[in-house]
Amino acid sequence: MTTGTEEPPATEPRPRGGVRGSTRAAIAARHLRTDRWWLAPAGTAAGLLAFVVYSTWRAFADTHYYAAPYVSPFYSPCLAERCRPMHAGPNGDLFGSWWGISPAIIILIFPLGFRLTCYYYRKAYYRGFWASPPACAVAEPHATYTGETRFPLILQNLHRYFFYAALLVAAVLTYDTVLAFRDEHYGWGHMGLGSLVFLANIALIWAYTLSCHSCRHIVGGKLRHFSKHPVRYRAWRFVGRLNARHMQLAWASLVSVALADFYVYLLASGVFDDPRFF
Amino acid sequence: MSGYEARFRVWRGDVHGGDLADFRVEVNEGEVVLDIIHRIQATQAPDLAVRWNCKAGKCGSCSAEINGRPRLMCMTRMSVFDRAETVTVTPLRAFPVVRDLVTDVGFNYAKAREVPAFVPPAELGPGEYRMMQEDVDRSQEFRKCIECFLCQDTCHVVRDHEENKPAFAGPRFLMRVAELDMHPLDAAEDTGLDRKRTAQDEHGLGYCNITKCCTEVCPEGIHITDNALIPLKERAADRKYDPLVWLGSKIRRRPS
Amino acid sequence: MSVVDRQEWDVVVVGAGGAGLRAAIEARERGARTAVICKSLFGKAHTVMAEGGIAAAMGNVNSGDNWQVHFRDTMRGGKFLNQWRMAELHAREAPDRVWELETWGALFDRTGDGRISQRNFGGHEYPRLAHVGDRTGLELIRTLQQKIVSLQQEDKKETGGYETRLKVFQECTVTRILKDERGRVAGVFAYERESGRFFVLQAPAVVIATGGIGKSFKVTSNSWEYTGDGHALALLAGAPLVNMEFVQFHPTGMVWPPSVKGILVTESVRGDGGVLRNSEGERFMFDYVPDVFKEKYAESEAEGDRWYEDPDHNRRPPELLPRDEVARAINAEVKAGRGSPHGGVFLDVSTRMPAEVIRRRLPSMYHQFKELADVDITAEPMEVGPTCHYVMGGVAVDSDTAAARGVPGLFAAGEVAGGMHGSNRLGGNSLSDLLVFGRRAGLHAAEHAASLAGARPVADDAQLDAAAAEALRPFSAEGPGADESPLPGEAEGAARMRGDRPPENPYGIHQELQQTMNDLVGIIRRRAEMEQALEKLAELRVRARRAGVEGHRQFNPGWHLALDLRNMLLVSECVARAALERTESRGGHTREDHPEMDNAWRPVNLLCRPADPTGGLAATDPVRGQIELVRETTPPIRPDLLALFEKEELVKYLAEEELYE
Repeated sequence: MTTGTEEPPATEPRPRGGVRGSTRAAIAARHLRTDRWWLAPAGTAAGLLAFVVYSTWRAFADTHYYAAPYVSPFYSPCLAERCRPMHAGPNGDLFGSWWGISPAIIILIFPLGFRLTCYYYRKAYYRGFWASPPACAVAEPHATYTGETRFPLILQNLHRYFFYAALLVAAVLTYDTVLAFRDEHYGWGHMGLGSLVFLANIALIWAYTLSCHSCRHIVGGKLRHFSKHPVRYRAWRFVGRLNARHMQLAWASLVSVALADFYVYLLASGVFDDPRFF
Repeated sequence: MSGYEARFRVWRGDVHGGDLADFRVEVNEGEVVLDIIHRIQATQAPDLAVRWNCKAGKCGSCSAEINGRPRLMCMTRMSVFDRAETVTVTPLRAFPVVRDLVTDVGFNYAKAREVPAFVPPAELGPGEYRMMQEDVDRSQEFRKCIECFLCQDTCHVVRDHEENKPAFAGPRFLMRVAELDMHPLDAAEDTGLDRKRTAQDEHGLGYCNITKCCTEVCPEGIHITDNALIPLKERAADRKYDPLVWLGSKIRRRPS
Repeated sequence: MSVVDRQEWDVVVVGAGGAGLRAAIEARERGARTAVICKSLFGKAHTVMAEGGIAAAMGNVNSGDNWQVHFRDTMRGGKFLNQWRMAELHAREAPDRVWELETWGALFDRTGDGRISQRNFGGHEYPRLAHVGDRTGLELIRTLQQKIVSLQQEDKKETGGYETRLKVFQECTVTRILKDERGRVAGVFAYERESGRFFVLQAPAVVIATGGIGKSFKVTSNSWEYTGDGHALALLAGAPLVNMEFVQFHPTGMVWPPSVKGILVTESVRGDGGVLRNSEGERFMFDYVPDVFKEKYAESEAEGDRWYEDPDHNRRPPELLPRDEVARAINAEVKAGRGSPHGGVFLDVSTRMPAEVIRRRLPSMYHQFKELADVDITAEPMEVGPTCHYVMGGVAVDSDTAAARGVPGLFAAGEVAGGMHGSNRLGGNSLSDLLVFGRRAGLHAAEHAASLAGARPVADDAQLDAAAAEALRPFSAEGPGADESPLPGEAEGAARMRGDRPPENPYGIHQELQQTMNDLVGIIRRRAEMEQALEKLAELRVRARRAGVEGHRQFNPGWHLALDLRNMLLVSECVARAALERTESRGGHTREDHPEMDNAWRPVNLLCRPADPTGGLAATDPVRGQIELVRETTPPIRPDLLALFEKEELVKYLAEEELYE
């Protein structure tokens, strides 16, 4: 029967394989795409790799992360005794003296986890690094595939906890941004180029964090009747509009957080002084 | 623009084997790939098998892969190709081939039957349904689906892994689960059916790694991943991975 | 031969569009084991093309609406030729059929208070069309499809199999209705498109729900399936067709580019405010309001425009006249040299609504023009022209039971059934027709089958052999040994068996048929041209018997077309003969040589019967043809229904002696 709807006998062995399997149209090529399909995954991989290299260096460096009044977002909040004291800054000696390596590691777990389990980044690295799939209708090189059904990838379901944590981190970074409106002697009401860098960064961080799919679900997506929750419906629609830009926000905030850190690094290592406006 | 002669390669064969056959065929202004296939049929290969129906992008019959990309032949205009380019048309490569451009899409009909149907609320009779537009918007988007099965074809979970077919419903039918779960009057829960849980336990939602090819190929522009699959994953997470939500639902039950 | 797979069912439904699926659901719910056969995949039926909505007098938007008003509109639209009992049942039952869809999961657009929203449409006095954007047909087919699946899920629970009581045979084509020696329906003979193998479904009740005949015309909004299969099957089984001269040309089809010519532009474009203009920028429809409609339509553009906001105190714009009037008007404008560059007229929404509203209310039209014609309808007008859309004529049926006349066990519903719409169908009445009469057909088919339990009609083997031989003809066109069929690998043998004369290309014959019908029996008809058409049809009939195909039986479109040609030629002859006979203009039948409506013709129906009562097709004589016409006077309209109209209006339609009664 064409496109039969009878149930197959239960004993029939399931064939394995993909587009070159025995029942499929006999085409030797893994794909017949003629466009530059590899460009997107390659670009993604290169971009992510660059960030990983940079952030690993900076996170383990344990130095040049504070140049009053700016604290690098990689080191905020700073939760070990070895942290540099920052006047009214995001210090909190939770871990005491036994923490022997860079305090950035403690806190970076959270934004890292948030981005690692983010629905956009998952797509990006599954395609870019795992080639699963490399691009649409391009056969993947793996013999088996179980997706996110098993450990460890089943942990992707924990995205919402990282979202909660990311909210806290974003709150701290907001506080840091407020602190950035001081001068190097902690006097209020000043502004420099760094303040602008921080302001742009925190705006993008918030936009990215709030555009998260888990956030969209929590504020309203989980409801069945929007008509009975008009406020949450409006919130859901707002988040939905941000969510449509999730990919762009993911990249923009990734770049901005690295730039903010790099700006602090340049100041702290004395490459140049923060241009002050007032 | 006047007519010209295009180069086509069309896969011909059946389950025992086949190959790409070359054709040179006339193309006129405003034509789509399906017109060209029909011209090949009428003038050069009368037994070239192809499925089609409305030729207006409404029925989802003429799904094929054009230059390696899953597309509707009736909605792919010839003007998107370079005149010198050879256009390659093959059947969908995720399903068993029947003949030429026709494949056995029975997988999809089998999966459709595994999704429990809409459960009408017991207390409402015909004509008594009241639903607000904002509450039906989400499910209506999914009901735009014309069942061309391009998303099922492109999804690597089954395209590249035949062995996953029994466990995985595919984007089209996971979206159907989402559609029903978001239906403002579906009474499945009253009958003990938890669609959020079955999405993961029975329809293989966990196989989806949200790489979004389904959304990319959808000719109706449905946001399958962002509006159906991810919300469904979040709903499944509510049930299975979120002790806070679980605790909340135990402490005070209220209709949402 | 005759060693074909045979299966026993109670009810067989031919066609899986709205009417077929609704019939199948009803038959199965009444306890009949039901099989559905369709040419395409399940869920692809032509019903998905319906855009505007389902007409049902629910009164959700304007509470003045009720079934009587709907009945009146339907009769007016059909110029009083409708089978009034069908129109009555249709108007009465449509709301229940729509509400029922909601309980099966349909999601219509909503009003502010959460009920089903309804929109305006040509010929409907009140906003009446339940809709989902401009994809209502898709919603309908999907809902019915999913209801079928849900019944199969119930059966799976009870009996262990999905298909024990309700099965869809997709991509299969029926070529003959089988009967027993007493003339009762015994089943159907069909082939599977994939393998080319024949099979027989034996059943005492068969519901024909195969849709229309549009593929006999060149410019059409219909899909390849619309080859008049059901019309021909009924005719060959001995059931007459009625009103075949009435073919609806939808006023607005795309006219450019050539490859999409005919694709529908939904009437909702006009219902929501779109206007028609000629090349001089004039809203010409104001010049084409016929006398019978004068009081109902606006006389100035200003009044027409006010109507969208305030329908109670203004009359509707003439763009919303019934389809036949608008189609003729467009035709006349183009002929008078006031057409658009590609031979249509302009349909404009871009100056009437903000772009954002257009994209929201007419999403698939926006998409269709953008993708297929590179036209942005939010910025420029569309070019549109008439396209063959619907056949009002069809199998003559009993109004209440949908039973075909003269063949016990045969039922017909939907477009393939005739009578309901009279001489012209109103937009939106098609989907409700499918549901109302689909249900009735399924119901009565199930009852008929139950009444024959234990004594089921059986078809003899000779019929099966004849059907198989007929279906295999194209493989050995004009050659001997017709029943030795080439299964895969045997194709060359068959080619050698052919005689000396080269076989005809079925694609070529089809194109000539379409051109003939389009040019000679199209929207405006003339006696001489129709006579010419009948001669041409006779010639094509002879050539079609020599239509030959290459290759083997497995999924061979050339073969399928060769078989469909028989059906298209039969129904085309019905259309041409009936159109030649009816010497007046009414609804979907316009005679240039008889331009006026003639009240004497009002109670007259033309029935088409096969000239050869055995159902054979030996007669290829050009003059005699295969069809003969019978005139029949219809029963008078029931007085209480007539009382729904003003006397002054009835005078315009009814013959004098009818008025006396």
